[in-house]
Amino acid sequence: MRRLKVFKSLVKDSLDITTRGSKKYHLWMGFLTLVMLIGMYCYSIQLEHGLSVTGMTDRVSWGLYISNFTFLVGVAAAAVMLVMPTYVLKDIDFKQAVLIGEGLAVAALIMCLAFVIADMGGPSVLWHMIPGIGVFNFPNSMLTWDVIVLNGYLFINITIPFYILFRHYQGKESKSSVYVPGAFISVFWAVGIHLVTAFLYQGLQARPFWNNALLGPRFLASAFAAGPALIILVLAIIRTYTSFKIEDKTIKKIAMVVTVAAQINLIMLISELFKEFYAPTHHSESAYYLFFGLHGKDALLPWIWTAIPLNVLATVLLTFHKLRNNFKVLFFSCFILFIAIWIEKGFGLIVPGFIPGPYGKIAEYTPTLIEIGVTLGIWALGAFVFTILAKTAIAIEIGKLRYKG
Amino acid sequence: MSSSKKKWFSLNLSNKSQNTTSCGCGKSSGGCGSHSPTPNETDQPKDGFDQVFDVKMSRRTAFKQLAASLAIGAGAVSTSCSVIAGDESKEKAQIDWEEQFKGNYKLMSDEEKQATVDRLVRSYQLRTGKTLNMSAKNAEKDVLFGYAFNISKCQGYMDCVSACVEENNQDRNSQMQYIRIHEMKDGKGFNFNEADDNYYHEVPAEGHFYMGTQCFHCDNPPCVEVCPVQATWREDDGLVVVDYDWCVGCRYCMAACPYDGRRFNWSKPEVPEEEVNKNQHYLGNRMRKKGVMEKCTFCVQRSRAGKNPACVEACPTGARIFGNLLDPNSTIRWVLENKKVFRLKEDLGTEPKFWYFMD
Repeated sequence: MRRLKVFKSLVKDSLDITTRGSKKYHLWMGFLTLVMLIGMYCYSIQLEHGLSVTGMTDRVSWGLYISNFTFLVGVAAAAVMLVMPTYVLKDIDFKQAVLIGEGLAVAALIMCLAFVIADMGGPSVLWHMIPGIGVFNFPNSMLTWDVIVLNGYLFINITIPFYILFRHYQGKESKSSVYVPGAFISVFWAVGIHLVTAFLYQGLQARPFWNNALLGPRFLASAFAAGPALIILVLAIIRTYTSFKIEDKTIKKIAMVVTVAAQINLIMLISELFKEFYAPTHHSESAYYLFFGLHGKDALLPWIWTAIPLNVLATVLLTFHKLRNNFKVLFFSCFILFIAIWIEKGFGLIVPGFIPGPYGKIAEYTPTLIEIGVTLGIWALGAFVFTILAKTAIAIEIGKLRYKG
Repeated sequence: MSSSKKKWFSLNLSNKSQNTTSCGCGKSSGGCGSHSPTPNETDQPKDGFDQVFDVKMSRRTAFKQLAASLAIGAGAVSTSCSVIAGDESKEKAQIDWEEQFKGNYKLMSDEEKQATVDRLVRSYQLRTGKTLNMSAKNAEKDVLFGYAFNISKCQGYMDCVSACVEENNQDRNSQMQYIRIHEMKDGKGFNFNEADDNYYHEVPAEGHFYMGTQCFHCDNPPCVEVCPVQATWREDDGLVVVDYDWCVGCRYCMAACPYDGRRFNWSKPEVPEEEVNKNQHYLGNRMRKKGVMEKCTFCVQRSRAGKNPACVEACPTGARIFGNLLDPNSTIRWVLENKKVFRLKEDLGTEPKFWYFMD
């Protein structure tokens, strides 16, 4: 009963704190709300007319939505790179970063689910997928695995920070015996969500571009580069605009994680390119399309040739200690690395899987404005959720928000 | 199956009785897609609820009663709210409600199948005043449908394509077609990359040959495996079908199909009322809605009634052959035994039931 009272007070206090702030904060939230409303309007058009308002066709049947979904699963998984050292290895440096990382994971997962729902042809019959009421094709369909691991990960990433913050809110220390087992599970779970999402594509013998044993490991490497890169950027922003103290060495340690992951990712990229282009077969056509275009169709060229140099440049910059320890260079590298991996693991991965089609047909894909509107709306939703979570968490952590019972 | 320790899936045409009691994956239950419960295996109809938890009568009844009371409650609400609504609109609302919350067709009992078909027929009658003939006929015993395509004979007239569109009530706006005819250059072999599947000129064009593709009704279909809700499955007579009302529209099956056999309703499909084929099957050519998957069903409404699919009937050159693979006297069996047949992408282990041959 007392817990319920504390919880009620926490909700009230966090509502209070999230609706108050500086002018900049209000502008930011107002901007996000506007983008979300535009996204909702675009989605209403899509609901009315069907998915024909998107650029997807029978030839390229997954597009921007699934691309963003795939990328964001990686961002969500990356939180584990902070969870592990903090809770399991007792590395105190990460303690502040980890709540932010988990908040980011929650926001990323919410975006993932929103992208999947946006991609569905029949969102009104989605209950067919709920085990118990509908028919859940488990374990045959990798999509059902994905539903389980994503929701499970969301649950873990909500409960652990909630427990810690709930204790701190009451001015108590959180008991490690309660949250460390959860943290342990989440470490394996994070690898799981990414592997399962990779298997979603990897298991399709119909699409040689995806049917590739390196896809899963490469998903992990790119995720552990892009996710912590985003966390560094977010921490930098939080450090500037709030009184939440994040030490330099915390950021430097995360930067180390980003660097190693980016290096491994680059090695795997080289391995993939070698396989596709040293002895090209019929199955290398998708890669040819992606990197050089096929029969004059080259819509993805500008994208991939932006991504690859950015990726290489960022990895090189990060590799040198002197450059990495300079925060201006670090933030710049993290930013371009994030963009590069978003392109590469997003539509650089999904779209070429469908091109050429099963019988060699090359039909290109360009997202429509409505599709882009919905996508931006979902990104705004993620940023909105994250801002609310982070603001509450920071207020509790710096002691501004306390239970007065 | 002759051997239970096969390294991979293979199609079995020799043993009739085994084919009806077990399935190619070697399992006797589960979601391999080709298994279906036999009457003595379960004495009550299975729905999704049962399938997941295998619950006994009591819980099932409770669930049903709950659903029924909800339905009654909703009916009462709609009745009390619409004073001027006539009996017909009430009936329509009732049908819509039951249709929205019905189960997966694959797991329905024969009575439930008939009930949903009756509702759909009645609903069409209420909306348009016209009567349909919709069937819920199940697969027959000792039948496994197969198809053969004579590349030497096809001249690319595409009569099969138009017959298919008319027979199967495909969306006219997006010009959806299940069949694609690939025009290939002589001397280049089966080079799909240089083939044209969208030609608009007089045929047969000099120096070209033609071959058609459609859903191959694989015996080991990848599309069935990946569906998260079992909205698509392999029937006992080998047809790979879709329950349009159960499909959630994720298009995973489309990505999994190596043969470009599936089509999606990107917008609401439209067929002019006078062109609607009213001889329908639940799993076949009944009207689809937007956001669901559909595909060739070997014209289930025709093939299960003992007729040839529309494409076979429409072909002016006799390039298309359809029949029961388990009947040793069928034309299809004659073709398989006497012609040099081959299938596309056999290395993928999908075991298509669609063969090509030349004279």
